[in-house]
Amino acid sequence: MNDRITLDYGSGGSKTSELIESILLPAFNNDALASLGDGAVLSGSQELVFSTDSFVVSPWKFPGGDIGKLSVCGTVNDLCMAGGIPKYLSLSFILEEGFSFSDFKNIVSSIAEEAKDAGVSIVTGDTKVVDAGKGDGIYINTAGIGFQRAVLPGKPGIHPGDAVLISGSIGCHGAAVMMARSGLLREDSPLVSDCQPLHRISAAALDAAGMTAQSSVSPAPIRILRDPTRGGVATTLNEFTEQMPFSIELDQSALPIDPAVEAACDMLGLDPFYCACEGRMLAVCEPGIAESVLDAISKVPGGENAARIGTVTEDMPGKVLLKTPLGGRRILAKLSGMQLPRIC
Amino acid sequence: MLYDTWFKNPKDVPVLLEKIKKYSDKTGSIRLMEICGTHTMAIARSGIRSILPENVHLLSGPGCPVCVTPSNVIDMILSLSQEPNIRITTYGDLLRVPGSTRGDSLLSRRSTGGKVESVYSPTETVRIAEEHPETEVIFLGVGFETTAPGTAACILDAASRGLKNFSVLCLLKRTEPAIRSLIESDDFAVNGFICPGHVAAIIGANGFSFLPDDYRLPGVVAGFEPADLVYSILELSEMIANRAPALKNEYIRLVRQKGNPAALALMAKVFCPAGSDWRGLGYIPDSGYAIREEYAQWDAVRKFSLIPPKVKEIPGCRCAQIIRGVMRPQECPLFRRGCSPDNPVGPCMVSGEGSCSAAYQYGE
Repeated sequence: MNDRITLDYGSGGSKTSELIESILLPAFNNDALASLGDGAVLSGSQELVFSTDSFVVSPWKFPGGDIGKLSVCGTVNDLCMAGGIPKYLSLSFILEEGFSFSDFKNIVSSIAEEAKDAGVSIVTGDTKVVDAGKGDGIYINTAGIGFQRAVLPGKPGIHPGDAVLISGSIGCHGAAVMMARSGLLREDSPLVSDCQPLHRISAAALDAAGMTAQSSVSPAPIRILRDPTRGGVATTLNEFTEQMPFSIELDQSALPIDPAVEAACDMLGLDPFYCACEGRMLAVCEPGIAESVLDAISKVPGGENAARIGTVTEDMPGKVLLKTPLGGRRILAKLSGMQLPRIC
Repeated sequence: MLYDTWFKNPKDVPVLLEKIKKYSDKTGSIRLMEICGTHTMAIARSGIRSILPENVHLLSGPGCPVCVTPSNVIDMILSLSQEPNIRITTYGDLLRVPGSTRGDSLLSRRSTGGKVESVYSPTETVRIAEEHPETEVIFLGVGFETTAPGTAACILDAASRGLKNFSVLCLLKRTEPAIRSLIESDDFAVNGFICPGHVAAIIGANGFSFLPDDYRLPGVVAGFEPADLVYSILELSEMIANRAPALKNEYIRLVRQKGNPAALALMAKVFCPAGSDWRGLGYIPDSGYAIREEYAQWDAVRKFSLIPPKVKEIPGCRCAQIIRGVMRPQECPLFRRGCSPDNPVGPCMVSGEGSCSAAYQYGE
């Protein structure tokens, strides 16, 4: 085998088989995949949740993870936020000619490790290779299927008085990737991505709210779950309130923000409210169960810094409001375009 | 606890606000102007306007270097970006600035094949030029005195490496002549200045002592955390109430009276003051920097004989009045009506630090 990916590996011929048999099959060992049919045959008779996501992160390796880990967490987390228990993933690579084989193997093994941790099987996949210069090393797409364990009412279920919770500190992924991209991150930096699967955290929250597949409480005490990825917490919360008859008021002092994230954002001219998280869960729930949900989340690894960060109110409907440490109040708008660093 | 924590989360705010109120009760309405984009953002992000006494008004002057780059210069840069052998490097803010045609920006030119790269540091641009000897790399040197030393350093670096494919389009601005021009304009009505801490870190707090000396106006060199802002506003209102204008330095943790001598030496070596066009303020003598004759080889204006096209101002856009502090963003006929951060018309909406963008995002 070469030490670089060549166009041959995406030809569908013997080199493609070699790649599948020597790297992919051993990593994701399961019956559905091993049959190598055109599609996987899956069993199950439940309501399903289904989601897909593409991953183009640059650099592909960042403190706290890589594109492989991210490609599993991204889709797994979407399934969890839809009230699902993640079960199956598809996995498609678009590789750029010249990409290093050993890097590819490392990415595959982090996919395998993360899938195992999240309890999902990679049951079908695809690999394409594009000409050098036509890709950015590696792109990954995953799609996932999960069994539905709870029906979340979503935005229409949110009412004034509800509590807004977050499972941990915000903006770590976005800040870590931006620092890595600008070459400013030292190896011993405490700034690492929050990239992690949320299946345990979402399950703990739903359990604490009594929302299991067997018993559903009505109205559902957890109204909505969402992982604040691109656009960060500010953008996700604005999606909750947009065109709705309520607003969300956040208390900035209650928001867990890692000092390393704050420092990185100060340096790069970014705002933690708009930096992506890849392993955090936002939840809006009935105020009465907020404490028990928080307590349950904070017992799960990765949920230790969970906090109640705000309340749903009737003031200025459609907006997200922020109470600042000075005691002032301002509107927290959605991110427009991409976050561009500022000058001075 | 980090050193900055206290400045970010000041504890004694109600007491300070009470004092500000006491002074402003005495003075009546006071108008304070900040002249730095980072202050514009810091003020908006802190929510301080919502807790200040009603008669204390904070106005944004020509604070963001992007805001003050005239549209004809942007047009010139946009056409440069389409030249087959040219690669433009710039700070991120400039990417979205439209020229005189709406929606036409470096970002949109990038999607149609323009070679434009955003960088954090001018030194990156020298590296890009070294790695691409076949391409002419032009760095857009924008900013106030804060970014000037870095720009000077990269020209010296390029010179020492004998780089032939690198040049700087020098759009740097000097704050003092612009502030003087504001103060001397007919509709000027500001009682004190929140002076830019980052600029002062380079030129020194003394760089703003012309405010009390020549105009009997108070100024406070301020940092960018919520506590810095509250203290500076308090000091300004006290000086206004006591009719005792002076220049104070609140940002002593970073700013020295005489500034940063190493940075000043770099600037003096590479640049000389030159007249410059400001969007909204027009031509102001000595308000910019030009690259000295010795470094002409790295001056994009000389190298490519650049002459900006005629200025075409955008109909309806009130950035000019907003920069002078005589109009608030909300008073512009285009604000929220066709002009938004997603689809900006004028430069004050384009930059995240622009007055209009701050007002839009933070709902002030």
